[in-house]
Amino acid sequence: MYPRQISKDDVLKKYLYLAAVTLVLMLWLLPLGAVILTSVRPASDAAVGNYWGWPSGFDLVKNYTEVFTQTPMGRYFFNSLVITIPSVIGVLVLSTLTGYVLSRYRFRGNTLLFAIFIGGNFLPFQIMMIPVRDLTISLGIYNSYLALIIFHVAFQTGFATLFMRNFIASLPDELFEAARSEGASPLQTLIHVVIPLVRPALAALAILAFTFIWNDYFWAVVLTPSDAVKPVTAGLDNLKGQYVANWSLISAATIAIAIPPVVMFFLMQRHFIRGLTMGAVKG
Amino acid sequence: MTIWRRNRSWLWPALFIAPGIILFGIVIVGSSVQSLWISFFQWDGFDEMQWIGLGNYIEMLDDPQFYISLRNNIIWLAVFMLAPPLGLFFALLINQQIRGMRIVKSLFFMPLVMSQVAVGVVFTWFYDPSSGLLALFFEAMGATAPALLSDPRWVTLAVVFAALWPQVSFCVILFMAGLNNLDESQIEAARVDNAKGWKMLWYVILPQLRQVNFIAIAVTVIGALRSFDMISVMTSGGPFGSSNVLAYQMYSQSIQAYRFGYGAAIASVLFAIMVVFISWYLWRMLRMEKEGA
Repeated sequence: MYPRQISKDDVLKKYLYLAAVTLVLMLWLLPLGAVILTSVRPASDAAVGNYWGWPSGFDLVKNYTEVFTQTPMGRYFFNSLVITIPSVIGVLVLSTLTGYVLSRYRFRGNTLLFAIFIGGNFLPFQIMMIPVRDLTISLGIYNSYLALIIFHVAFQTGFATLFMRNFIASLPDELFEAARSEGASPLQTLIHVVIPLVRPALAALAILAFTFIWNDYFWAVVLTPSDAVKPVTAGLDNLKGQYVANWSLISAATIAIAIPPVVMFFLMQRHFIRGLTMGAVKG
Repeated sequence: MTIWRRNRSWLWPALFIAPGIILFGIVIVGSSVQSLWISFFQWDGFDEMQWIGLGNYIEMLDDPQFYISLRNNIIWLAVFMLAPPLGLFFALLINQQIRGMRIVKSLFFMPLVMSQVAVGVVFTWFYDPSSGLLALFFEAMGATAPALLSDPRWVTLAVVFAALWPQVSFCVILFMAGLNNLDESQIEAARVDNAKGWKMLWYVILPQLRQVNFIAIAVTVIGALRSFDMISVMTSGGPFGSSNVLAYQMYSQSIQAYRFGYGAAIASVLFAIMVVFISWYLWRMLRMEKEGA
């Protein structure tokens, strides 16, 4: 292990180290901590200028309830779910198919296609903005859930294809040879070999795609200007403009929209990290 | 039926890959190419498009805002280069197997999991000159807090430092993974030879982290050039365009000023800059894959 590990028996040193790291962590998360504190602060604190000190009381339930009753945040949350969940499913389906073909079939243009899927994923969004907006207008889906769903599925398929291709390529060759020698068609191989084996990869991919799509802001402002379909990110930006003085409300909303991806991250941390570090290290 | 049976070994895969290719091809690749085309027109988004050749690009050369945006993009890029070394530093700090360290590690990654909009809102208050945490520090030292987000001299740096927060987290994750994949025997051998401190890091560890380093730099460069969310949330490019970057200028020229042709031209310039980095990334990745296989 590098750096050299602190000896298990040196209890004092161990605790001192942990304490020092915790201090660094607290400084690192200071801005976030302050927002969490503000989100439970009673309104009276702001009136006397107590923005960053310890709250004079805890209005956790009141402030968070207010976010959902006094503002359209509940609506934005619902919109985000309606946009994110079908998009994630679409990405999983498409990338299993593309990943399977790109990893198990040799044909001319295979590498080129693969490179396009990866490269497209790194493009600046602005280069697609005008045509995508026009496309949704001409399809009559501008300012609707479907506009965002279609874009997210298309875009995330790039990254997801890389992910699924690498995963399926790492499965044992014998399985696919056995399927072929038994005369299984590609469809049968897909259903009986690939799909049962890719489940762990799908789980990892699902939470990554969920986080990316949930956190998207650019396409939300470009494709869904109206409150009725807008997701939480663009919604928070709106609230920030409308409730300038009401800090406890804005911070509660900020924390609320961060909760779904944070919970997902904690539940499936290992998958999450493996997905993000793919390509950086083996395995 | 016989045609199907004779060809099904390749028809199936073609059918499988078709939806992905069609969707990605139209929405991502097709749109990007179409934008390059639109950049040669004058267009308000409604009326007929008017061919003006290189007109938009010539206008850009005389647009002071373009140079401000470009300069800010370079500042983003330069400051973002702090993310990989800082990420390595934090990764070294927390790569200890002490009870309680696991939760510390997870908490370190929080800024990355939150949306950039949330990070932008968090830092807008952090910087607030009348009631922000930064103002509190200045007051404690008996000074007046600068209004970072409304001062053209500081605004870009203030936004970049906010954006650095999640980016460093990302680099911590990458380096943590790298540190856990080191070759133990090399480290042991170096320790037997009494390698320590900087020398150990420089001659033994870093060469093994080359791949991680490359990915960390690549995602950081791309992240810096793609910056949009934080600028939109924290400053909208202001004051007076002083914190604008190409991505945001493109958006405001198109969506707010209805100058789609000019917006497309700005996007094309950003695209051209990024294609250099993306090609470098792809070239290295595909080469590594060949060596690995």
